[in-house]
Amino acid sequence: MGYRLSKTDGDKLFALWSKKGDLFAPVRMEGEGCFSDTDVIRYGNVSSPEEIEWETKSDYSFKEAFLPVNETLFYFTEDRTGVPKEKEKEILIFLRACDFHAVKRLDQIYLHNGGEDFYYKRLRDKAKFILMPCSGTCDSGFCASMGTNRCECYDSYMSLEGDEIILDIQDEQLKLWGKEVLEHIEETAVVPDFAEENKEYVTLPKNLSNHSFSLELWKEYGDRCIGCGRCNFVCPTCTCFTMQDIFYRDNGNVGERRRVWASCQVDGFTDMAGGHSYRKDQGERMRFKVMHKIYDFEKRFGYPMCVGCGRCDDVCPEYISYSNCINRLGKEEQNHEK
Amino acid sequence: MGLDINTKKLKKNAFRVSKVRGIGASRIRVPGGYLNAKVLGLVQEIAEEYGNGYVHLTTRQGFEIEGIRLKDMDKINEKLQPVIELLQINQTEPGTGYPASGTRNISACIGNNVCPFANFNTAQMAKDIEKAVFPNDLHFKIACTGCSNDCAKARMHDFGIIGMTMPQYDPDRCVSCEACIRGCKSLSVSALRMENYKVIRDEEKCIGCGVCVTKCPTRAWTRSRKKYYKLTIMGRTGKRNPRLGQDFLVWADAENIIKIILNTYAFVDKHISPDAPGRKEHIGYIIDRVGFEEYKKWALKDVELMPETIMKECVYWDGIHYDR
Repeated sequence: MGYRLSKTDGDKLFALWSKKGDLFAPVRMEGEGCFSDTDVIRYGNVSSPEEIEWETKSDYSFKEAFLPVNETLFYFTEDRTGVPKEKEKEILIFLRACDFHAVKRLDQIYLHNGGEDFYYKRLRDKAKFILMPCSGTCDSGFCASMGTNRCECYDSYMSLEGDEIILDIQDEQLKLWGKEVLEHIEETAVVPDFAEENKEYVTLPKNLSNHSFSLELWKEYGDRCIGCGRCNFVCPTCTCFTMQDIFYRDNGNVGERRRVWASCQVDGFTDMAGGHSYRKDQGERMRFKVMHKIYDFEKRFGYPMCVGCGRCDDVCPEYISYSNCINRLGKEEQNHEK
Repeated sequence: MGLDINTKKLKKNAFRVSKVRGIGASRIRVPGGYLNAKVLGLVQEIAEEYGNGYVHLTTRQGFEIEGIRLKDMDKINEKLQPVIELLQINQTEPGTGYPASGTRNISACIGNNVCPFANFNTAQMAKDIEKAVFPNDLHFKIACTGCSNDCAKARMHDFGIIGMTMPQYDPDRCVSCEACIRGCKSLSVSALRMENYKVIRDEEKCIGCGVCVTKCPTRAWTRSRKKYYKLTIMGRTGKRNPRLGQDFLVWADAENIIKIILNTYAFVDKHISPDAPGRKEHIGYIIDRVGFEEYKKWALKDVELMPETIMKECVYWDGIHYDR
């Protein structure tokens, strides 16, 4: 059941929840965008509903909640190693439907793809998900095409309507933590806002042939892409990392091993010992990424990887549209079959 | 009856005497080169009604309406009133045109309204400076430019204001992709290097251009909250000793820069050569004559610089000498 909360009660609820967990939500960081006097919307800890950016989709996704950009796996001295302390508090993550579906993709890779990843799991187990509304659609998303525009099993749903907070809680713990506020408020039915339609539509090509591997369009993208990796870093489903061993400057016998986000578009991703590199050309890298998102992942796990959030389209400095690429790919394949 | 005009007054009223007797030009200042397109229509009207239908886009981003008859100046001044108001130029008496012309239009590059490299709103700063210094008949040239590329040629001015940002680095967001290092190397001054997979910025070398920030794919690099500027001084073109302006302040703030410019008016008023034709003498020549130390005394009156601002104790200029 749901509630309608005043601003004051909303703040109280946040204060109660904050005792138990960190509230991790999209925040407009003023002046921290790529260009002068531009903002970036990315995730950070909040302490009141007003600090959250409710309107505009975040530029970067929630994934850093359990996949930190830099994560120390262990510290080492000459003969000993130690794992960093576990985070004490829970993490309450505010996200939209597309991102909620991305959680399943991240779990697929880190929990259900062979062994469980220790570091991922210990953060993931602490996560609760608070769904944010999509009243209407964003400009670039194509969640309706990907079937990721709706979701049911969120822990809570929250939206801002004027001065009121609309709240639905399905998770008993969240209800319990907020009891002090919620017990005085009459329950009411709440229906989440989902984007039913988008401005962008995408048709995933089925049964791609080997022909699609050598299409001209990869060459075209190869000429346009600058290999900055933004598309990967903003993607809620990209999970690749690289390893870094750091020997501390003041004492080279002591150090740490980190894992750090990696991008299949950035130089070095396929470098091997001996200097060999698999995908040197940007077109090949783009092909690899697109195929993984819409084809290879699905072949392995039974559903596509991409959730259609559209962030990669928004962030590309070279105006390469991933959604348009998929549609082009589909058309090229149709023509080939004929 | 012959044409009886005080050409000195005419010039200070932003008109020009041309080669052709009785014919001149009307000069319109556009701070920052930034205008509502309505002004274009008004300029067109004046050019067609009083001029020869042609307009020169001046090197200082103003308009010069050509082919006007000097006897029409009063009528043109009336027609200029909406232009002056739209561009919010300080005026002493409405309907009388521009009250001064010595301090030239404050020019600017396109700035951060449009350009991805620019570190500040150059047009706004040009307007702010215009508000502070105009009307004034002393010969001052001031330009604002968004970054060290200096598309506005700020270094050719008495005062060049170059936008800077103090890059902020969050190592926790850095993925060691080295896009900043490559960008700094190819577009700027190679002030970045990698150590233990993280980026080290050489603070001595960094010119605050912000290329690292625009290249960073993860927002590990961001711009400083505070806007910073480099103030270059006493660049000039001209017959005797054209030269580039030299850095006076680095990592400075706008308020102090405007203060220094205003202080310089007092300095010039005191030290300008009594022989200067029409009280027009490049500030740089005055400083060459009285010495930089004397200038500094005047310029820094009531100026309290931020701790991070670097002030050059001595400034030396070179340039091309035709006067020795």
